[in-house]
Amino acid sequence: MSARTEPAGRPSWAARRRFSSAFWRRPWLKGAALLGLPVGGYLLIYVAALGVLFISAFWSLDPLSGKIVHTWGLGNFRTLWHEHTYWRIAGRTIGIAAAVTVTDVILAFPFAYFMARVASPRLRAVLFVIVLLPLWSSYLARIYAWRLILSNDGALNWSLGGLGLPHQHIAYTNWAMWIVFSYIWLPFMILPIYAALERIPDNFIEASRDLGAKNWTTFRRVVLPLALPGVIAGSIFTFSLTLGDYITPILVGNTQFIGNVVYRNVLGLSYDLPFAAAFAIVPLAVMGIYLVLARRAGAFEAL
Amino acid sequence: MESRLSRAGLAVWTLGVVLFLWIPLLIILVYAFNTSNIQSWPIPGFTTHWFSVAWHDQEARSALVLSLKAALCATGVALVLGTMAAVGVSRFRFFGREAVSFLLILPLALPGVITGIALSSFYTFWGVPFSLWTIVIGHATFCVVIVYNNVIARLRRTSPSLVEASMDLGADGWQTFRFVTFPVLSTALISGALLAFALSFDEVIVTLFTAGAQNTLPIWILGKIRLGQQLPEVNAVVFVVIVLTIIPVIVSQRLAQDSGLLRRR
Amino acid sequence: MTRHHRRVLGWSATALVVAGLAVTAAGCGSSSSSKSGTTTTASNLPTSIGKGEGKLSLIAWEGYTQPDWVKPFEKKTGCKVTAKYAGSSDEMVTLMRQGGGQYDMVSASGDASVRLIRGGDVQPMNPKLIPDFKNFIGALKSPAHNTVDGVHYGISLQWGPNTLLYNTQKVKPAPTSWSVLYNPKYKGQITIPDNAIQIADAALYLSKTQPDLGITDPYELNQKQFDAAVSLLKQQRPLLKKHWALASDEIDLFKNGDASLGASWPYQTNTLEADKVPVKDLIPKEGATGWADTWMLSSKSKHPNCAYMWTKWVSTPKVQAQQAIYFGETPANTKACAVMNQLSAGSCKQYHADAPASYFDSIKFWKTPLADCGNGKTDCIDYNQWQKAWTEITG
Repeated sequence: MSARTEPAGRPSWAARRRFSSAFWRRPWLKGAALLGLPVGGYLLIYVAALGVLFISAFWSLDPLSGKIVHTWGLGNFRTLWHEHTYWRIAGRTIGIAAAVTVTDVILAFPFAYFMARVASPRLRAVLFVIVLLPLWSSYLARIYAWRLILSNDGALNWSLGGLGLPHQHIAYTNWAMWIVFSYIWLPFMILPIYAALERIPDNFIEASRDLGAKNWTTFRRVVLPLALPGVIAGSIFTFSLTLGDYITPILVGNTQFIGNVVYRNVLGLSYDLPFAAAFAIVPLAVMGIYLVLARRAGAFEAL
Repeated sequence: MESRLSRAGLAVWTLGVVLFLWIPLLIILVYAFNTSNIQSWPIPGFTTHWFSVAWHDQEARSALVLSLKAALCATGVALVLGTMAAVGVSRFRFFGREAVSFLLILPLALPGVITGIALSSFYTFWGVPFSLWTIVIGHATFCVVIVYNNVIARLRRTSPSLVEASMDLGADGWQTFRFVTFPVLSTALISGALLAFALSFDEVIVTLFTAGAQNTLPIWILGKIRLGQQLPEVNAVVFVVIVLTIIPVIVSQRLAQDSGLLRRR
Repeated sequence: MTRHHRRVLGWSATALVVAGLAVTAAGCGSSSSSKSGTTTTASNLPTSIGKGEGKLSLIAWEGYTQPDWVKPFEKKTGCKVTAKYAGSSDEMVTLMRQGGGQYDMVSASGDASVRLIRGGDVQPMNPKLIPDFKNFIGALKSPAHNTVDGVHYGISLQWGPNTLLYNTQKVKPAPTSWSVLYNPKYKGQITIPDNAIQIADAALYLSKTQPDLGITDPYELNQKQFDAAVSLLKQQRPLLKKHWALASDEIDLFKNGDASLGASWPYQTNTLEADKVPVKDLIPKEGATGWADTWMLSSKSKHPNCAYMWTKWVSTPKVQAQQAIYFGETPANTKACAVMNQLSAGSCKQYHADAPASYFDSIKFWKTPLADCGNGKTDCIDYNQWQKAWTEITG
């Protein structure tokens, strides 16, 4: 491979070939060169930042000057443990995140199934655009539109009134947040489930029928297990996005989420980064556990 | 395959979900023509005046430009780093291979507020001034994995012997990349880049922590929502952005079709 | 070495490297976080305003940087204005602390200004460079919240009360007392600001309804008085529709029928009235808290000349009048009254621009609660506790 006739007068080409042969003969060098930049970048910036954040959870704030002091202590964790407000906030956040995830699975699955296995190719293309366009348009504007729908004189009550039903007072309650979160993250749930369902080869279904299974059994024992990684992948998004969101509670809710406490302690109420970091460990831990379980279930292939 | 009844049921459900997804969007589009400053139902009147207000608004324009710049830079970084990582991981077996995938997916899988405060305090510690680049780094953390996933999925489907064959035929590394690898990857790169661009353009949760005095478009929108004074202007800007987004969305759909995601059966 | 051993070794090595990086970052960080910039002391104040730098970055309350007076300023001085809005004093303090040299000026209220001065985030200003300073009302020339030991850390701007806003069609008879906000009759229709300083409003109410608590200053509370105020707010919580964090929240709430009673700023009243919503506001019989705003110059400002030009501009009678009418507040410049009446008949009286000093003294202006309250008392609850209690109330 090294003995090649080279055109005269192109020394740079020769250098390049020597370079690429060197890489070819030493594959680990190529691997290191390729991975060095991305992995190095992530380690030095992202992981280091996370590490420093984790460490700062053990520091505290000097009460007089408001500056961070690097004295180690469990003060922040003690406050979180003993103050039942923070338990309430964490519980509420995790509860609504779970509810939103379940809701989105229920809403998305039939839609994704229709799109993947029932719809004609043309309709499938249209539905794809219909799902993608809200995903790509302004998150803030869509949340703000829900204020109009859910408010006392809003679109929902106007429709209910027209149908003779009583007015609802959903605005700024946890119900409102559940609805809006389910709405906003729905495309994130539809797409992975769709991808997973679409990957199921037709002959699996045919084989199942050949073996005598009826529609529902085929669905339950063939389609569902194969779609599960997609469901879990989608649930990672909905769960994690709800766990850390602070904008939606400000705009359509009236209670605090974990994200709000963190936000307030960094950009809002005060600059108490150690406390924010300590509280941020809660969603970090929850998502960590979730990710480990999801990996076991093979969801990472479906992401 | 499925019974008639279940097909009909699924179709009805799908229609319901489509309405659920699109009614708020339609509200945004309609209220761009609102005559009143304040959003209320039903809409009091129609006017196109807000579009000209948005057009002449210097702050809106610079916010839009900054968002575009940040999204382009973040997508660029994501393309380079994501491709490098994907090629590295798919071609080589080494210790920590799965860990690389896990590492790259972390920013997307963990709540954005954690990325936000981690980066924000990191920048403050090192005395890095908040600027376009701090925003870009924040966005790149989750954009890289989108390109990475697309490229890895594509590489899994292509045979590694293509590269060997190319080398056998006399091409060096760069030529192989240019004439063999890149064309194979091109549609995966484009669809990954489109999605990364979209996520970065509309990002607000991490950006609030990593932007200084700069306003990206979502931060500008949030500021206008706070003011509550000229909300239809926000709707007008979003209207225009949605209309402009239709093109990349359709391109995305075509690419998905070509890559077999939207197979014609 | 078996494969398993290699893996364990590899992972331990990675973990060590990451930990090492993190600790180094933290260690290096501690030294860089104690940087300090050059400070202007009273002795080296500028004596004249130099050439404009072409840019000005402000942190302002919503409504303080309207195009009506920003555009003429930009044209006149060439200083391009960008504004970041904050909904509370706490946000302003955090933005200033975090922002480094990104922001030039902040329109801080009395409860933020002292914190900024103590934190070294703002630098002294020279009032002699502001021609209209001599026309300011006496109480705002050198108030305690922006003047320390004779050094001016900013120039007063405007002031105003926190009012009681109500929907005239849904709340009958018209309220006269803050008690309506605590009345279960209006459950689900009330809104108050999402701001820790609200504890002072509750304390003010208690100072009149439970005089045996002995509250004289709603910002100087001992533990017993503080607990009473917090417990009142916790009782009020189920009656609230929403805590408004953004001015537009309250506007939306009233416009869309979600709220018919609330603690408010005149800004919301003006916006709602302009949109034909039937609302009125008043200062109830127990009195009101209020805010007195100061434009302060950041100690790390990169555009001090433009900043001084801005301060000069917004102190002129015309701009004072425009801003006062737009927001519904009271100008510091006594000469603004006449201009206000020209722009909108009767507005001078409506916004108390011609009110006697006794009116000014009746408002309990925002100030930062400190442990050392003065008058020999040192057992007051400081602001950190207020913030923690507020999270409990709203959580």
